[in-house]
Amino acid sequence: MQIYLPIAEVAVNIYLLLGLGGLVGVLSGMFGVGGGFLITPLLFFVGIPPAVAVATSANQIVASSVSGLFAHLKRKTVDLKMGLLMQGGGVAGAALGVMIFNLLKQLGQVDLLVNLCYVVFLGTIGGLMFVESLRAIRRSGRGGPVPKRKQRGWVHTMPLKMRFRTSGLYISVIPPVLVGFLVGVLSAIMGVGGGFIMVPAMIYLLHMPTKVVIGTSLFQIILVAAFTTFLHAVTFHTVDVVLALFLLIGGVIGAQIGTRIGAKLKAEQLRILLAMLVLGVCLKLAFGLFLPPSDVYSISALQ
Amino acid sequence: MTRLLLSLALLLAPLAAAAQQPAPDEQIVLGLSQNRVAITANFDGSELLIFGAVKRDQPAKAPPLDVIVTVAGPSERLVIHRKERRAGIWVNTDQVTIRSAPSFYAVATSAPLDTALTATEDLRHRITIPSAIRYITSRDDVLDEDNFVEALIRLREKSHLYLMNEQSVRFDQQTLFRTSVALPSNLEEGDYTVRVFLTRQGRVVSTHETTLHVGKVGLEQWLNTLSRDNAPLYGLLAIFIAVLSGWAASEAFRLLRRQ
Repeated sequence: MQIYLPIAEVAVNIYLLLGLGGLVGVLSGMFGVGGGFLITPLLFFVGIPPAVAVATSANQIVASSVSGLFAHLKRKTVDLKMGLLMQGGGVAGAALGVMIFNLLKQLGQVDLLVNLCYVVFLGTIGGLMFVESLRAIRRSGRGGPVPKRKQRGWVHTMPLKMRFRTSGLYISVIPPVLVGFLVGVLSAIMGVGGGFIMVPAMIYLLHMPTKVVIGTSLFQIILVAAFTTFLHAVTFHTVDVVLALFLLIGGVIGAQIGTRIGAKLKAEQLRILLAMLVLGVCLKLAFGLFLPPSDVYSISALQ
Repeated sequence: MTRLLLSLALLLAPLAAAAQQPAPDEQIVLGLSQNRVAITANFDGSELLIFGAVKRDQPAKAPPLDVIVTVAGPSERLVIHRKERRAGIWVNTDQVTIRSAPSFYAVATSAPLDTALTATEDLRHRITIPSAIRYITSRDDVLDEDNFVEALIRLREKSHLYLMNEQSVRFDQQTLFRTSVALPSNLEEGDYTVRVFLTRQGRVVSTHETTLHVGKVGLEQWLNTLSRDNAPLYGLLAIFIAVLSGWAASEAFRLLRRQ
């Protein structure tokens, strides 16, 4: 069954949209990533114009993240205090990121730079996570005592310490704000919510428990994605509510299923799955850069 | 003086004759299956039926007529990019700007195109797909603009936006003609021009033009207008729907679990 989308100006199969939304929703609930890096290319593939795909997937991410967040709130796996601190840093970072993006745009080749950025970041983060979680799984497989991860690092030497009860941490407020800021910069340049950078950063830099990281990341993503949706709607008029509606029906249901799957898995299993997902997207993008395209010509509208 | 006037008159005569060309002997009477295409929520393309007749006072003349029908969507300004391999990576390098390319273009003919139309007549009336694409500009270092235009046509033919249907016009007894054009679902809104040409031995003897409006109706139109005229409200509405449905799904699943 086809539906005509008023802003995208194309007709698309309803079940396809529900399925796409559902798939990304499951990932969102499981890993706490928004899924923007996954759904946007999938929407291109279906034939949605790029600008509409970017703006509308932000809107869909709001829905699936809210859905996942409520499930996490009930299980008390959301560190609101930590989330708000990172959010503060994130807003400042995003503002700087937008300035950098505009500068790059004037220099030209911004698409290429964004793609290279993706490949480098996804590759590095995915690779490190994969190796780390593989080691963790092997260790637990051998049945020996799981060594506690080092609690003392550079993070603990800074002033302005604060207690984060949900995460069970007593650390300085500077690292969360700094992590939020850096993710803000990157997500503004790369046009994504930054969940896939945020989640590993919280696990490895802030040493938060994996289960709390997912809920907290969802909380943080909601605000970023809502803000992005609003900006796109006001400046470019590219948010398609009909498209978003069908994606989010799938998305909110998927997120509920995802959180339940996530609750059943062990932390290192979750980490290795996320690492494989990140590496998969990285490979796909790298192939796009290095393999000959199906057609060397492409059309775009003149601004 | 008289001689001067006479020579002036002689000079001007062909011009005057050209200016007030008499109505052609063979005129086109045209009908469309619909005068507007309404884009609704379940719009999935549309078949446009174009039919008509040749009206003439005398019996049909010797060399037979051919019919060419074109349907053109609103024109767009486009940039065509070409990728090249630089240091192992595929990068957009050259680009060509096209200031006027139809967003949709279909040509239907009653005979093979090269017998139905000469190249000069094509240039004059801009009938075929390549001649409908105009105002092509590029930087001096781009030497093969034609390849870019060919690529545009190829890509748009693939997505059914440019159609070349030779011999798809049924032309009965040199009088009645009809054809149908498939309009895809990703139509640009606006006024579409339908042109019909009668040709004899490749030369255009009569033309007729009419317009067809393509536009959204109902909820589709309301949402599109709202997103443009009242963007902040539209943005908040989108976020509200998202938050509400996220919350609703979470509550629904909680109730399901309790049972």
